[in-house]
Amino acid sequence: MAEAKWSRAEMAARVARDIPDGAVVNLGIGLPTMVANHLPQDREVVLHSENGVIGMGPAPREGEEDFDLINAGKQPVTLLPGGVFFHHADSFAMMRGGHLDVCVLGAFQVSASGDLANWHTGAPDAIPAVGGAMDLAIGAKKTYVMMEHTTKSGEPKIVERCSYPLTGIGCVTRIYTDLAVIDVTPRGLVVVESVDGLPFDTLQARTGAPLVRA
Amino acid sequence: MIQKEVASLQAAVADIADGATVMIGGFGTAGLPNELVGALLEQGAKDLTIINNNAGNGETGLAALLAARRVRKIVCSFPRQVDSHHFDRLYRAGEIELELVPQGNLAERIRAAGAGIGGFFTPTGYGTELAKGKETREIDGRMYVFETPLHADVAFIKAERGDRWGNLTYRMTARNFGPVMAMAAKTTIATVHEIVPLGTLDPECVVTPGIFVHRIVRIDRVATSAGGFRQ
Repeated sequence: MAEAKWSRAEMAARVARDIPDGAVVNLGIGLPTMVANHLPQDREVVLHSENGVIGMGPAPREGEEDFDLINAGKQPVTLLPGGVFFHHADSFAMMRGGHLDVCVLGAFQVSASGDLANWHTGAPDAIPAVGGAMDLAIGAKKTYVMMEHTTKSGEPKIVERCSYPLTGIGCVTRIYTDLAVIDVTPRGLVVVESVDGLPFDTLQARTGAPLVRA
Repeated sequence: MIQKEVASLQAAVADIADGATVMIGGFGTAGLPNELVGALLEQGAKDLTIINNNAGNGETGLAALLAARRVRKIVCSFPRQVDSHHFDRLYRAGEIELELVPQGNLAERIRAAGAGIGGFFTPTGYGTELAKGKETREIDGRMYVFETPLHADVAFIKAERGDRWGNLTYRMTARNFGPVMAMAAKTTIATVHEIVPLGTLDPECVVTPGIFVHRIVRIDRVATSAGGFRQ
């Protein structure tokens, strides 16, 4: 493999670049949470958390944690000036009602038509848990997915049709992987950019659905 | 005179019957009315249906209720957690029924019950396993799934301050499911850290009006992760 992959921090920084000034954003648990650390200083981006807070700030200093003020991952956070609290039905109305500008989610698989699978592997012994994934996926104005381009064993995670149980249909706007940024469009999966030194054909070979050059 | 204040947790939960459906507020430990759940465990009601976002953590509260086999069915969005071993064991042994509901549908189904709505069409879950067998409808070119209200016999809420009419304020993200669950149960029992004289709570800042609350019990602040305070 000649080409370098983008690191997780580089992926997070790349997603952050696409979040405009003034946006209200929900960052999913895991890799998407890292986006918060890379938001450009000159942009005012407001973070929403499903458990009833807008205007979430960074983690508190050690010793100042207050477990009445937590994020969706149940970690203590802080509140920025202007931040507000609201109940669960309002919080999900913000998602479902199309009030959030962007949500960033992790994924097991994304299909050529923007179907998302990120809540359940479907393994027979797995205990299913969905949380707010289905509401978030279909609600925000833009749904960005952040994930490795392939599984650990090299299987493509961008596929013709998802084999894992679906979270939402046709809901993904843009996919950020460690190899490329890809838009889900009516004319197919359009490669917006890819890591230096990665030929289009190699990227295509690691992708389970047809790609289109930008 | 209206007096919703109840002297003890035991008195507040004394009449909960076997087979009751009980809503339990809370997300993580924020807003989790563990004291009421503990009193219910002690009271002994069994064959319960529990509605909560999760399915118990560690050894206390809901997890203890599960471990004591008091729960027949759980309605929740996120049962699987690092320390949900009591639920995991019962579920794998087929000894507890699970109704898995996307979190926003859970909140809205509870709200619908409290608001007297007979059901609603939501885009959440359309085309997924969790919408299987449910009525769907195309509205203005988008597909929706019909969801029904979730009622309860009893709701357990953890609020911050209250008065004898049952007016409640909350603290930060401990609010979560409290306001909607308070509306959806025949009997809503709230714990608060402070009961204040009528007229003390700023009427502009009351989140749950007392009409939705039937019993209110004062509990101590604990210097645990649930209380949010350090002593």
